Amino acid sequence: MPDRYAGRTMMMQGNQACAEGAMAAGCRFFAGYPITPSSEIAEWLALRFPEVGGKFIQMEDEIGAMGAVIGASLTGVKAMTATSGPGFSLKQENIGYAAMAEVPCVVVDVQRGGPSTGMPTLPSQMDVQQARWGAHGDHGVIALTASSAQETFEQTIRAFNLAETYMMPVLLLLDEIVGHTTERIVIPDWDTVERIDRKQPEVPPDEYLPYRCPEGLIPVLANFGTGYRYNITGLCHNETGFPTNNKQENESLVIRLTEKIVAHRNEIIRLKRMMLDDADIVIFAYGTVARSARQAVMECREQGIKAGLLEATVLWPFPTEEVYALAGSVNAFVVPELNLGQMAREVELAVRCAAPVHRLNRVDGDPITPLQILDAVKEVV
Amino acid sequence: MERYEIRLSGSGGQGLILAGKILAEAVAIYDRRNAVQTQSYGPEARGGASRAEVVISDGEIDYPKAMRLDLLLSLTQVSCTKYAGDLKKDGILIVDSEAVTEIPQGDFKVYRTPIMEIAVEQVGKAVVANIVALGIMTAISGVVSEESMEKAILARVPKGTEELNMKAFRMGLETGRSLVAG
Amino acid sequence: MFDYLTYVREGNFPHIWCSGCGHGIVLKSFIRAIDKLGIHRDEAVMVSGIGCSSRTAGYVDINTLHTTHGRAIAFATGVKFANPKLHVIVVTGDGDATAIGGNHYIHAARRNIDLTVLIYNNYIYGMTGGQVSPTTPRGARASTSPFGNIEPPFNISGLASAAGASFVARGDVYHAQKLEKLITQAIQKKGFSVVEVLSPCPTAYGRRNRMASPVTLMEWLRDNCIPVKKYEKMSEEERSGKIRTGVLIDIEKPEFTEEYRKLVDSMQVRG
Repeated sequence: MPDRYAGRTMMMQGNQACAEGAMAAGCRFFAGYPITPSSEIAEWLALRFPEVGGKFIQMEDEIGAMGAVIGASLTGVKAMTATSGPGFSLKQENIGYAAMAEVPCVVVDVQRGGPSTGMPTLPSQMDVQQARWGAHGDHGVIALTASSAQETFEQTIRAFNLAETYMMPVLLLLDEIVGHTTERIVIPDWDTVERIDRKQPEVPPDEYLPYRCPEGLIPVLANFGTGYRYNITGLCHNETGFPTNNKQENESLVIRLTEKIVAHRNEIIRLKRMMLDDADIVIFAYGTVARSARQAVMECREQGIKAGLLEATVLWPFPTEEVYALAGSVNAFVVPELNLGQMAREVELAVRCAAPVHRLNRVDGDPITPLQILDAVKEVV
Repeated sequence: MERYEIRLSGSGGQGLILAGKILAEAVAIYDRRNAVQTQSYGPEARGGASRAEVVISDGEIDYPKAMRLDLLLSLTQVSCTKYAGDLKKDGILIVDSEAVTEIPQGDFKVYRTPIMEIAVEQVGKAVVANIVALGIMTAISGVVSEESMEKAILARVPKGTEELNMKAFRMGLETGRSLVAG
Repeated sequence: MFDYLTYVREGNFPHIWCSGCGHGIVLKSFIRAIDKLGIHRDEAVMVSGIGCSSRTAGYVDINTLHTTHGRAIAFATGVKFANPKLHVIVVTGDGDATAIGGNHYIHAARRNIDLTVLIYNNYIYGMTGGQVSPTTPRGARASTSPFGNIEPPFNISGLASAAGASFVARGDVYHAQKLEKLITQAIQKKGFSVVEVLSPCPTAYGRRNRMASPVTLMEWLRDNCIPVKKYEKMSEEERSGKIRTGVLIDIEKPEFTEEYRKLVDSMQVRG
């Protein structure tokens, strides 16, 4: 029986679109803890999951929610949690575990102003570096973002597909504006949605080694209860899944956790390019700010300023090469963001001094307007 | 049509965010034009400042928040004082005349009417003041069709309250029409 | 002769536990319990946290999940809720379960989710070198209470009972056969079941508290662990310093995964 929203055009908040995207992707487990401005994701799934046999649980805290998601995922179910800054901090412990043990899952962070409890009802992009470095230790990270309800729906699906492909937690960084903006979205028939499911072992149990990585860098973890008995741990482990003290095994694991993202960066990174072909000024933007940037580019062009937009829909891995490729032919970069320059840092590193990088930052809880970006571009010109 | 920007402002618990959602849905789903609704609110569930915004356009709506208002609804003095300056030249200001007694100076048209009182005395429930306001805004702005508004209201209000809400909406329409007629 | 080898990962032995440690006896009792219950190894999942107790998971040939400090019950909640057909057993210690994991412990008990939790209580953080734990008795010495512990201890079983667990038992590694029976009952119980197991730590606790010899510790358990029935007949004076063992709570109440299934079923009927 098709889902009751399939094929419909509806008005939805970004947070609801995220929940619907998860369902369309095949997610059937959610564990969370209430936090503004992400709670609508949990509320919507609490309402919707029973209709499709999905499991919803409100845990006792953020840490427990992340743990439950990992436990659920190991039985083979696609699992997700959603939170905001303070909860994202608490979840880092087990996000690191999921990265180390290579357990697929999706973590949504609807960003609000920080630090600490900060500005609960106001937007920010202050968690973008925490997404990369929040959990201790070296490991690759995939973090997506979105700027509209429709894109949130699509990026949530992509987050699950990437998690199942690369066997890791995938982060989706939204913000209060995207989460709470109601706009039109088209929900496709679930059968037409591209869904990727994690691989299962092709060898019999007595030949199975969970972390052998038959195709190079990605392990194949059997679902619990299917006859493949093995061990999962957050300690450094070898291909058997048991802890090891062997230096070579430690090293190859830690390197592989980063390398599996580096090696697949081209398949993971996605950029939207707007009027870049003849651009003198490149605006680098993401999430909610990219919406303002689009409008600013149009206004720049009307005023005869050759501005273009490079919009990142994947923040990690960072599109270093793609940014660098533009650096030689443009006069400057402008990086507007709702933090004090967290991704501008990455742009500067990528550009390697080949062009100046100008920052436009706002941390008072209000969004960056198209006019502010226009003014910043004019100043650079 | 270029952007048409609306802000509904007052305090928490007045149903302004729901009203904004209904308006956006009427435009985007039933009138088939583009509309985006955003909100801004305090941490309190009741009281505190609350505002909803609806941006309407025939083109893509990139920046989702209002910048220069075409229409401002104010149900409290505080919100009117704070936001009247955001109105465009010749914009429309609609205020609850019982709550808002001082209108800031500006180049905009002002419509005063006792919205809350209409809800309580003519419709019978204070809780439908937001729907009365929607009726008034529909009649004055002409930016959304009455039929679409009716459909959107019926789709969003709790079951069993349809009749009450329709009554509120029609009362608002009438009020709006007579305000325009002067 | 009982065939332990069917249930253990032989390649991972010798185990890491010190000589005189009681944890191996819990492992053995657990293995005998699942054998007696006829639980297939593919259908059992052991979830553990951090500490000496949690290393048990590495030695049992079932699905095993060695998690982060204090979080085993949260991970186990996810496993059980996602696939209620699996038998989910948590192995944890006094610090893991009641300090860093205390919140998960009481809420899983309140929720009454069908998990079996074996808490190895040795009154100390053993693996990290003998720091004071929430169950260290008042006055006892630990590396972080060098002058004697000034804090009162938690009652692990009492905590679970008060929070709403449907089965709570206390056993000890001296009375091994009885322990096996308690673990069997706990696994059989539909609902949140706890077995608090008193298991001595000669290295980190005994050595600092005039009980360095494993034999002394075992004798202490022999002399102080009193079965519930006998305990009830004792006078207030006789009870002093004694520990009540056996089944402390065994009640019927709605179980979480069952209740959720009912909710889903009711939606399908209506839908």
